[in-house]
Amino acid sequence: MQDKTLFRIMQDRFFKLVVMLLAFLSTLPLLWILFYIFKNGISVINWRFLVNLPKPVGEISGGISNAIVGTSILVLISCIVSIPVGIASGIYLSEHRKSRLSYFVRLSVEVLQGVPSIVIGIIAYLWIVKPVGSFSALAGGIALGIMMLPVIVRSTEETLKLIPYYLKEASLALGVPYYKTILKVILPTGLSGILTGVLLGIARIAGETAPLLFTAFGSPFMNVNILKPVNSLPLLIFNYAMSPYADWQKIAWGASVVLVVMVLFLNLIAKMVAKKWKTIS
Amino acid sequence: MKKDSLKSEIAFQKTIYFSGVVILLLLLGIFFTLLFSSLPSIKAFGLKFLTGREWDPVSGNFAALPFLAGTLLTSFLALVISIPFSLSIALLLGEYSKGGAISSFLTGMVELLAGIPSVIYGFWGLFILVPVIRFIELKLGLVPYGVGIFTASLILSVMIIPYSASLGKEVINLVPRELKEAAYSLGGTKFEVIKRVILPYARSGIFAGILLSLGRALGETMAVTMVIGNSHFLPTSIFSPSNTMASVIANEFTEAVDTLYLSSLIEIGLLLFLITTIVNIAGRYIINKVSVEVR
Repeated sequence: MQDKTLFRIMQDRFFKLVVMLLAFLSTLPLLWILFYIFKNGISVINWRFLVNLPKPVGEISGGISNAIVGTSILVLISCIVSIPVGIASGIYLSEHRKSRLSYFVRLSVEVLQGVPSIVIGIIAYLWIVKPVGSFSALAGGIALGIMMLPVIVRSTEETLKLIPYYLKEASLALGVPYYKTILKVILPTGLSGILTGVLLGIARIAGETAPLLFTAFGSPFMNVNILKPVNSLPLLIFNYAMSPYADWQKIAWGASVVLVVMVLFLNLIAKMVAKKWKTIS
Repeated sequence: MKKDSLKSEIAFQKTIYFSGVVILLLLLGIFFTLLFSSLPSIKAFGLKFLTGREWDPVSGNFAALPFLAGTLLTSFLALVISIPFSLSIALLLGEYSKGGAISSFLTGMVELLAGIPSVIYGFWGLFILVPVIRFIELKLGLVPYGVGIFTASLILSVMIIPYSASLGKEVINLVPRELKEAAYSLGGTKFEVIKRVILPYARSGIFAGILLSLGRALGETMAVTMVIGNSHFLPTSIFSPSNTMASVIANEFTEAVDTLYLSSLIEIGLLLFLITTIVNIAGRYIINKVSVEVR
């Protein structure tokens, strides 16, 4: 009897040890990746790296300014495409929780969220690149917008659902029209929740490469025309990483540092906004 | 005044209604665009597209079996590798240490892991993992490709850990406290409570989490493309270079000049879309059912 208890205690301890060990082992790749990127990339980064254009192999002091500008353009286009529709359908879903349409819209949002990014790239190619006849920032931005859309819809819906119903009732009881209640009372109350969703959405798409391969395509030049191909940070990393030249690979490490810092920073801000909102409500 | 407000009211209702409709149409549009654009290839190859082994742009013969096999092998291997780790994280966060320094450290790490862009995983894999695997292959007496299914699976498993761990934690948190407390009060150790109460109760939720992670893994493109080796042949072992559906599209889409080639690639995209959609809907369905039962 006594032996059995001892065995059970040992078994329990052993299991706990294994769980702890495995859990912490899985954080190792992250530390390894971060360490390696910073080790290789941080020495490349200086002011010239951020403001110069890429140079051909052999010439030193190439930069990534066009990729930074390109990523900003792409993010801007995708925000313009996805934020209005996303917020409006989020409102629809939270206001009509049980209608037949909202069931199908909710399902579509879930499916859209799971659609592989490369498939979205094909769609943007067929819808925009092919009819227009050229790779373009517009096509890339729309592809990224489609990827961002489900994130915004869901965060808007979840946020609005959490807003106490008496706010709405109080506003309606004062004779405020329904649409004004939503736009002036409900939306501002949930603003930081929605903002969190938008930030997380941007963080998600800023690092996306696959949908841009045959939409934004990449370019060695500075370009602000949205109907022409643009470069972006992930595209630049991909192209330079796969190149056989050590110079370019070095630039890719530097660009990786910039991208990782940017994405992690966005996540951090999103988290801070979310925390603030939670303490208020 | 009143009429104006009524007008705005109707406009507002219409706007939010149509935004909802737009999302529905977007999804249908994606499906039908893929379907119509792959018609030439569907007509030319029919069901042979799924069973043939030859992908030869030069002779104009296209069949997707090598890529289907490559996708399934990498994804399942990645799942098998990641399950012990993600389950451990889920148990640690959901049961062993709720709150406290350890859990906030681990949560932060997992969130960081989820935030790193896929292309950076691929970059790291290309420069760190590939040489390591090449070394192991040399020691084992295999052809030292370095790239291949196993390398891709390793990276994929790291990438899906955050996702499956957070889903796992959610379903473990759904286990009713009374059940656990009853088991503890009978003298059960933590291990026994986990084995006999928590895991059986959370079983279907965990399964759904694994399905959703599978959906993730199937469609992952960049990291896989960079380390899988881009071979057009049916994989013979888990160390052989291969191609997944996503990686073949990423590699060849811009090179595909003639209609049949392009439409074959789009048909692969259609297949990928259908598979991930089915896997995702199944996973979501189970999760929703589990959470409704608990409430």
